[in-house]
Amino acid sequence: MFSKILIANRGEIACRVIRTARRMGIATVAVYSDADAGALHVEMADEAVRVGPAPSAESYLVIDNIMKAIRDTGAEAVHPGYGFLSENATFAKALEKKKVAFIGPGIKAIAVMGDKIESKKLAQEAGVNTVPGHLGILKDGKEAVKIAREIGYPVMIKASAGGGGKGMRIARNDAEAEEGFRSAVSEAKSSFADDRVFVEKYIEEPRHIEIQVLADGHGNVVHLGERECSIQRRHQKVIEEAPSPFLDEATRAEMGAQAVVLAKAVDYRSAGTVEFIVDRDRKFYFLEMNTRLQVEHPVTEYITGLDLVEQMIRVAAGEKLSFGQKDVKLEGWAVEARIYAEDPFRNFMPSIGRLSRYRPPEENGDVRVDTGVYEGGEISMYYDPMIAKLIAGGRTRDEAVQRMRGALDAYYIRGVSHNIPFLAALMAHPRFAEGRLSTGFIDEEYPEGFRTQDALHDDPRLLVAVAATLHRVVEQRAAAISGQMQGHERHPGDAYVALMGAEEYPLTAALNAHGADIAIGDHTYAVRGDWRPGEPMFQGEVNARPVCIQIDRDGIVWRLTHAGSQADIKLLTERGAEMHRMMPEKAAPDLSRYLLSPMPGLLVKVSVEAGEEVKAGQELAVVEAMKMENILRAERDGTVAGIHAEAGASLAVDEKILEFETADG
Amino acid sequence: MQNIIRQLEEKREGARMGGGQRRIDAQHGKGKLTARERIELLLDEGSFEEWDMFVEHDSHDFGMDKQKIPGDGVVTGYGTVNGRLIFVFSQDFTVFGGSLSAAHARKICKIMDQAMKVGAPVIGLNDSGGARIQEGVASLAGYADVFQRNVMASGVVPQISLIMGPCAGGAVYSPAMTDFIFMVKDSSYMFVTGPDVVKTVTHEEVTLEELGGAETHSSVSGVSDLAFENDVEALVELRRFIDFLPANNREAPPQRPTDDPGDRMEISLDTLVPRDTHKPYDMKELIEKVVDEGDFFEVAPKYAGNILTGFARMQGSTIGIVANQPMVLAGCLDIDSSRKAARFVRFCDCFNIPILTLVDVPGFLPGTAQEYGGIIQHGAKLLYAYAEATVPKITVITRKAYGGAYDVMASKHLRGDVNYAWPTAEIAVMGPKGAVEIIFRADIGDQKKIDERTEEYREKFANPFVAGSLGFIDDVIMPHNTRKRVCRALAMLKDKELENPWKKHGNIPL
Repeated sequence: MFSKILIANRGEIACRVIRTARRMGIATVAVYSDADAGALHVEMADEAVRVGPAPSAESYLVIDNIMKAIRDTGAEAVHPGYGFLSENATFAKALEKKKVAFIGPGIKAIAVMGDKIESKKLAQEAGVNTVPGHLGILKDGKEAVKIAREIGYPVMIKASAGGGGKGMRIARNDAEAEEGFRSAVSEAKSSFADDRVFVEKYIEEPRHIEIQVLADGHGNVVHLGERECSIQRRHQKVIEEAPSPFLDEATRAEMGAQAVVLAKAVDYRSAGTVEFIVDRDRKFYFLEMNTRLQVEHPVTEYITGLDLVEQMIRVAAGEKLSFGQKDVKLEGWAVEARIYAEDPFRNFMPSIGRLSRYRPPEENGDVRVDTGVYEGGEISMYYDPMIAKLIAGGRTRDEAVQRMRGALDAYYIRGVSHNIPFLAALMAHPRFAEGRLSTGFIDEEYPEGFRTQDALHDDPRLLVAVAATLHRVVEQRAAAISGQMQGHERHPGDAYVALMGAEEYPLTAALNAHGADIAIGDHTYAVRGDWRPGEPMFQGEVNARPVCIQIDRDGIVWRLTHAGSQADIKLLTERGAEMHRMMPEKAAPDLSRYLLSPMPGLLVKVSVEAGEEVKAGQELAVVEAMKMENILRAERDGTVAGIHAEAGASLAVDEKILEFETADG
Repeated sequence: MQNIIRQLEEKREGARMGGGQRRIDAQHGKGKLTARERIELLLDEGSFEEWDMFVEHDSHDFGMDKQKIPGDGVVTGYGTVNGRLIFVFSQDFTVFGGSLSAAHARKICKIMDQAMKVGAPVIGLNDSGGARIQEGVASLAGYADVFQRNVMASGVVPQISLIMGPCAGGAVYSPAMTDFIFMVKDSSYMFVTGPDVVKTVTHEEVTLEELGGAETHSSVSGVSDLAFENDVEALVELRRFIDFLPANNREAPPQRPTDDPGDRMEISLDTLVPRDTHKPYDMKELIEKVVDEGDFFEVAPKYAGNILTGFARMQGSTIGIVANQPMVLAGCLDIDSSRKAARFVRFCDCFNIPILTLVDVPGFLPGTAQEYGGIIQHGAKLLYAYAEATVPKITVITRKAYGGAYDVMASKHLRGDVNYAWPTAEIAVMGPKGAVEIIFRADIGDQKKIDERTEEYREKFANPFVAGSLGFIDDVIMPHNTRKRVCRALAMLKDKELENPWKKHGNIPL
């Protein structure tokens, strides 16, 4: 066994590898760029070596720098994690030359599987199902029909130059194939000035399901069941789970067998993943093989009880697998959610900056957090915006999902925007609960993007009850201030009115030793918990059901975050509420005629002047954030009415930069 | 007897109805509460003791003798906020437009006099069209009587003005002399001369809101300390604000129980100051992580954002915080921020509120605008305020403390009681680059030499040790321990005694 390994990666995966190595008694070496000098993986490793400046092309991706770090520290093996150099055959060769073990597959497997055409060819030869298609350009409608018949309906006729859904036609019979050819050609011509089209199998309700394989260097290959990763946004996986709610035992066995065959065909060694696309009839087709550890490997670890990193290290050290296919038992269910630094309500715009607050949920046997950051750490623009992976497991899918929901509620992040509201909404989505997944899930369910109304709470009164409890506790404490008029001290009453949006909830809130009893009309809520003023989270029970609610205070507003939804609640006395009704509804200011800063940053320049007429697409201003210049352009034609910020100003997000004239002057 | 009681009831009913239902409806129609509703919301339920409900004006001209409304346009009295005594006057816009008559002024003076005798804050809820013109100079005299009391009460009891309607002309000078002015957005405005006069005299076209609205005064002029969305929000938040303040200048700030431990550590503060010294960071994060429960009541948040001022508590007891904000103008001192902070420091000193100063200041803002605007004099205000203050003064230098601005920001030399520095502190006359360009002027042009010298200067001064060796800072503390160290220092300073030499009053550079 190795005595020291180097992890040629950063972030959560570096931390995750270090944890296993440490458990195995292996010393670890981290590498880091300038941007990561204070990162968690550097702190966790026994040694750390700087490999260059912040951009990964100048640090984590520079083979020479990594090789030097290996030489300087005497590491005997390298774990590449995922991304970066993990599927780089040149790197594997460089290691081989220096007799350093690569904790991954052999060079041949990396090279072959790294080539889309080669890998597909090899898979076909090995007898693995591939997506039927014909890469040749179609001459006419007749040829389209002929090939479509060969492939089998339904088929997709696609423009060579296609994109954005243009020049694409689905055909389910000969007539549609002919017609589809004609319309695809004409659309391709007008859209791309290129009328070449081809045909391939159309996969209906496609799902992304992949098989984890594990092979030693001694000819033993096993598969560890599947993971379903159909919930994707722009080809980026968001939710993964194992097993798939869709597969039956026969399909699973067949997919597993094909994956093993493929692995054997390339003399595979280490952990690898064979990705398939599966249609609604459970027909599956090979997509590609990832010759590395996958981001979503923890769900497999949960249902198999294996540590995949440990297995990879053992295999790399020449050990044989200690178990065979029949020993692999899949038990329970696991779901993984990827926590990204992005704003789901602003079209998932990436967010960077300081994690002013970062409290992941507590880990236990059924909740796992793979993270590479800490409170006070930085989400940098240079790398993947993934903050962490949250994995929850259980005996059943439902149990795993429930635990995931609870863990998402308890995940407390401030300072950067994050997608937890979106993940929580997905977990609460009825279609997700039914397991009716497809790679089109997010586009189909959130056609207009993710909006606040997509994350409405199913029991607003529960939020009101908790807010009332918090408010009652705060009121009671306020009345404990010193210096009160003797004999005329304040005794807060129990009657309040909660205002949430346009709704009013008259209620009584009676404190007791364990929390408060809240009565909202006929509904009673026994709120139990020992929340104290200032705590950012309420963790307790409501009517004997555990809840975890995040709390922010903004003036007289209690902002509660739960199950992906956010509620702004004001609590007033009855008289206060009566008076509040007389307060004018203030329309939110119309910001559409302003150019707002999309991020906090430095205003480098304002490119236009007051009175200037601008055309859509014209540069208006440049904002620098994290050393990156962002050019802000006009969305439509207009006239600049005034400039609100000068070059050199520090801008907050949504700060006004300039103003356009209104249409009516 | 029965008759008297009946008459009493009638009079009370008359007073309660103010200017009558029609005017009350009009007031509500404008999204404004009535004078009595406002008091009801401000004070603890049922705690209001009204005075002078039966006062009426004694004007006879212009038919005024036929128009008398008990109370005469202002509701006065006392009550409690969380059990603590305060005096309040609330102008009633439904009665003669809330205009100030001699009688109206006398009512206000009466409660102010009483507040000073018993040592309790005075809260003014302003909603008045101005002087009662029918009374002429008697009304002006009334204003002056109030002004005089504002001045006498200044530094004796806290005075807060909440502007909830018009406040124009001479009327503005009463709030102007109180400690804090809060305003309600869209329904209040303050100015010396209104838009019509402005247009006649200067030909400027300006709306009420632009000239003297809550937004204007809380962000442009700095006259107002806070702007609220509506009457209800303003009054509820005013209660929270009052909880921070001592009753008078002889009392310590109030104490409120908290479960937030005084030795709470915040590891994340160790990474608050970025490695790159030119990179800003949010000083508010430090404040919120250090004070009790993260509860920081910021004063004047929209004005002179390069300095933060506000109240918080440490182990249940109020402190005032002044902090440079690197996010805005790199946290430098300029005219506006000096004035804003100076006034805040003096308030704290008046009312025995310890001051925590958090320093990251690269110096004073250069430029003709600043010099012509009198930065010398305005900067001196902050210097003066800190130097004269005798309350406990604790200073934590987080990063830059350069030049004269270092001296100003509650340095040891200005009788700072406890002065700490983080390991990232740089206490020097100026930044390394500027310093080297002066000391080694001859080397300018030789970039290599300049870089070497800069590094040398950085080595020597870009740390807390030189200041430490001279005793200008008492200790270098780890950021994560800031709360603990400040709490201890405050406990140590609880019974601090320090008096300035007898004088009639100092001559602060106004």
